[in-house]
Amino acid sequence: MAPDAGLLTAAVQVRGLVRRYDERAVLDGVDLAIAPGEFVALLGKSGSGKSTLLRALAGLDSDVTGTGELVVPAQVSVVFQDSRLLPWAKVLDNVVLGLNGARERGRQSLEEVGLAGRENAWPNELSGGEQQRVALARSLVREPELLLADEPFGALDALTRLKMHALLRKLCAAHQPAVLLVTHDVDEAIVLADRVIVLDQGRLVAQEQIELAAPRSPADPGFAAVRARLLDALGVSL
Amino acid sequence: MSATTLPGLRTAEQTTPVVRRRRLGPGKPIRFGAALGPLLVLVLWSIGSATGRLDQRVLSAPWTVVTTAGDLIADGRLQSNLWTSTQRAFIGLGLGVVLGVALALLSGLSRIGEALLDGPIQIKRAIPSLALLPLLILWLGIGESMKIVTILLGVFVPIYLHTHNGLRTIDSRYVELAQTVGLSQWDFIRRVVLPGALPGFLLGLRFAVTGAWLSLVVVEQINSTSGIGYMMELARTYGQTDIIIVGLVLYGVLGLLSDGAVRLIQRRALSWRRTLAS
Repeated sequence: MAPDAGLLTAAVQVRGLVRRYDERAVLDGVDLAIAPGEFVALLGKSGSGKSTLLRALAGLDSDVTGTGELVVPAQVSVVFQDSRLLPWAKVLDNVVLGLNGARERGRQSLEEVGLAGRENAWPNELSGGEQQRVALARSLVREPELLLADEPFGALDALTRLKMHALLRKLCAAHQPAVLLVTHDVDEAIVLADRVIVLDQGRLVAQEQIELAAPRSPADPGFAAVRARLLDALGVSL
Repeated sequence: MSATTLPGLRTAEQTTPVVRRRRLGPGKPIRFGAALGPLLVLVLWSIGSATGRLDQRVLSAPWTVVTTAGDLIADGRLQSNLWTSTQRAFIGLGLGVVLGVALALLSGLSRIGEALLDGPIQIKRAIPSLALLPLLILWLGIGESMKIVTILLGVFVPIYLHTHNGLRTIDSRYVELAQTVGLSQWDFIRRVVLPGALPGFLLGLRFAVTGAWLSLVVVEQINSTSGIGYMMELARTYGQTDIIIVGLVLYGVLGLLSDGAVRLIQRRALSWRRTLAS
């Protein structure tokens, strides 16, 4: 086999990935490479297979049959749509869940997401946005090489969402993980990602390299052009 | 400062007065209402005894019961019997809790464990543990071990059932989380399974405590030579209803105290849930 430069440097390497539920191919031959530190947003309609792809990368699809080549880094963190904090564990215990002697790092992580001083709160005492920030701290304290996020801001209100976008950008700049963000929000994808890919019926059908200047705003004409192309790929005609 | 009236507020005075509707609910709670019923019973009992309507051989007068309790305390019989009974109940309860939790973990965390254990325990559940007494007496005699095993058998079933149920109903999303953060099997049990099953366990414990006292009453009336039940059984042969009443009151107080203790533990251990409820 010919040596492949991409395979040597990529954080994530997916080739010919097929996943089936009862004979129905949810992923039908997906090829994807993500470079270290690259932020990729994955767009797709409901049922397009985006969550299946993320779960395959997270190793959470043992109940599904499939084939294909899948290379992921050793340290992978997942942020779910719900914060998935253990309600019976204090905030700091949630952050350092399963890590030994990491309480000091956990505290720093909470400080990074703006929750210093809330270490001993119960998750139920926090707002939805704060809970999701704890979930981010829990992911980042593990210094992941790959961060998988499955619609992490889907359950938040619009204002909190904007704040979380800024926070996620800051955290990714500081920690430099490769990121795969699954979302159905086109603007969110363009604001956050280096590259946006579109999944439709189990296949990647489009990708856009986003090269807009740093404070990306939907008011930017370049933004609108990218947005139009992505919406088109999603089958939404305006 | 001058008060200003908003023009809109004036309209409130112009509307027709609100018709007060008849209240459909039970109304305001009565102060110390919970004590009224028992107090009434006590009063009727006192009147019955004082007027001689209630035969002393059927039911001793309340004041006789009180003085008898005083005498029993003075000669130490009450304390020593109470101590023996409490000891039996607690040893049986403790062993039953350990057994119930261990079986719930084995059966809840492994399919083989479930296949082997759940069936027999469900069968055991269908048989009242007191029905096993004849067999237990044949196997273990009439000594302490028979008494403790009987209590244990009554205790472990509710503990097992509720802990197992609590364990099985832990949200699968937390299991998924445990996988993604790479928890070890032991950490998974310690951080997710046990705390997740705790509400179920504590509910089981409340049933278990009640069950422990129930079994205790029965075993203490069979060939015992000590304990509250023995004290009452002895009183029966001499027709001393006052001592029997003292025993009943003791059982009642013990039951209330232990249930209160479990509820206290519940509140403490589940304080993360209280933030939701309050």
